[in-house]
Amino acid sequence: MTNEEIKQSVSAIFPAVTYDETGEFLTILVEPAEFRSLMKALRSNAEFKFDFMFCLTCIDWKTHFMMVYHLLSRTHRHNIVVKSKLSDIKNPEIDTVCDIWETANFHEREVYDLFGVKFKNHPDMRRLLLDEDWDGHPLRKNYVDENMISL
Amino acid sequence: MNLLGEPEVTEEGEFVINIGPQHPSTHGVLHLKVWLDGETIKKVQPHLGYIHRSIEKMSESLSYRNFIYVTSRMDYISAHINNQACALTVEKGLQVEVPARAQVIRLLLAELTRLGSHLLWWGCTGLDLGAVTPFFYAFREREAILDVLEETCGARLTQNFMVPGGIMYDIHPNFQKRVKDVMVQVKSKLKEYDELLSGNVIFQGRVKGVGYLSPEDAISYGVTGPAARASGVSCDVRKWFPYDGYDKVQFEEVLDTGGDSYARYMVRMREMQQSIHIIEQLIDNIPEGEFQAKTKMVIKLPKGEFYQRVETARGELGVFIVSDGGSSPYRIKYRSPNFSNLCALSKMATGAKIGDLIAIMATLDLIIPDIDR
Repeated sequence: MTNEEIKQSVSAIFPAVTYDETGEFLTILVEPAEFRSLMKALRSNAEFKFDFMFCLTCIDWKTHFMMVYHLLSRTHRHNIVVKSKLSDIKNPEIDTVCDIWETANFHEREVYDLFGVKFKNHPDMRRLLLDEDWDGHPLRKNYVDENMISL
Repeated sequence: MNLLGEPEVTEEGEFVINIGPQHPSTHGVLHLKVWLDGETIKKVQPHLGYIHRSIEKMSESLSYRNFIYVTSRMDYISAHINNQACALTVEKGLQVEVPARAQVIRLLLAELTRLGSHLLWWGCTGLDLGAVTPFFYAFREREAILDVLEETCGARLTQNFMVPGGIMYDIHPNFQKRVKDVMVQVKSKLKEYDELLSGNVIFQGRVKGVGYLSPEDAISYGVTGPAARASGVSCDVRKWFPYDGYDKVQFEEVLDTGGDSYARYMVRMREMQQSIHIIEQLIDNIPEGEFQAKTKMVIKLPKGEFYQRVETARGELGVFIVSDGGSSPYRIKYRSPNFSNLCALSKMATGAKIGDLIAIMATLDLIIPDIDR
């Protein structure tokens, strides 16, 4: 399947999504409301079969958070990126995908820990790397640590 | 009650114990909380972060030349391959062509690193399972490899030798001869290893049928590297998405279908032979020419996102750089192989005996600084 064919198939089910082809991989931009059903379709539909999630992360763009999911279909050898924009800076929230790809469990906990993005229906939403009583989320751009020494 | 005020026995009568963070078999500071029913494991919960250095945050204030050096401290056993991943990502952003000489030397160093890493793993696996001798045997050969690397790179562990555009210096004049000598040595010893440990009945009893991981679970949990290939999941990045000229060398992707600790053990043993095979093809064919492409003193990547994956000794390492056009990354994410492999530990260990947990961890070959970053 080429990028064009993937776009056509995705748009047939989710007409609201937009695309970005400037990067190395085809990028699908989806609203958080539609996000979970898109991910489910990408995982299970026979034409997509994106069975391997090789990266899950978040980017803090100061005005919003961008969730980034890298997916690989091992059957069709496609790579795609799914992005979802979280506009609520104070209380960013998105659905979990850890029941679709088990690996997301720890990756989502890491994002929660370092960015403060909450994952709805995650079975174990605790901090992963830092202490439970740690103040703030270090990978946010506005995070200030008084003890940090700049070289 | 333990020191934290948590009950040591749950209401169901399960015993809760902590393995680590100072347990020798965790090879670092990994803390596992284990729920036990008798000797049977009911649940494993990893507690991470004891060696979290915030490498991703640190890299956001480092230049594109400097952030590479921090990555040697992630998976410190395959420092070369970490450096290579970062260098490749920056090269992808700059669209720089790496000279043929640098590519071949990079492959040689990466495969030497893989070999050294697997040797270390082999020694430690023996040690974890109660055989002390393999450790000394493996370190004898690993020392020889590290000596070669030291001569060329100036360091034994955190080499920092690969830079955007190629390699930092040209190889030492003795490099080719010494690598050939080491290959002869390692090749002859691999048979000895098999006689010593692989065929050992006590060892086989400890690992056969232990810690089974199904191919479906391996994919879902994002397991890569020898751990996934032992379950029959083809995932070698060198074959799937060749980089630095891996498509020009002959080698096999080692696969096994056992899915247990013994299969993982055998995959790594066979991978060592493949690494030697790659090195032998390249060592006499290092092209002449430049060892580094010309890059600007201050590197600035164009606006955009760049992803590069490489195969380290433990699986797929991904480097994801988001650039805003400045001289340091806006956001950098390391998809570390050990982090994803650890996700599957609970699945593999549930239902096993507590002694088997050590065998499972040994054959997963976890490097904790790479998990915590």
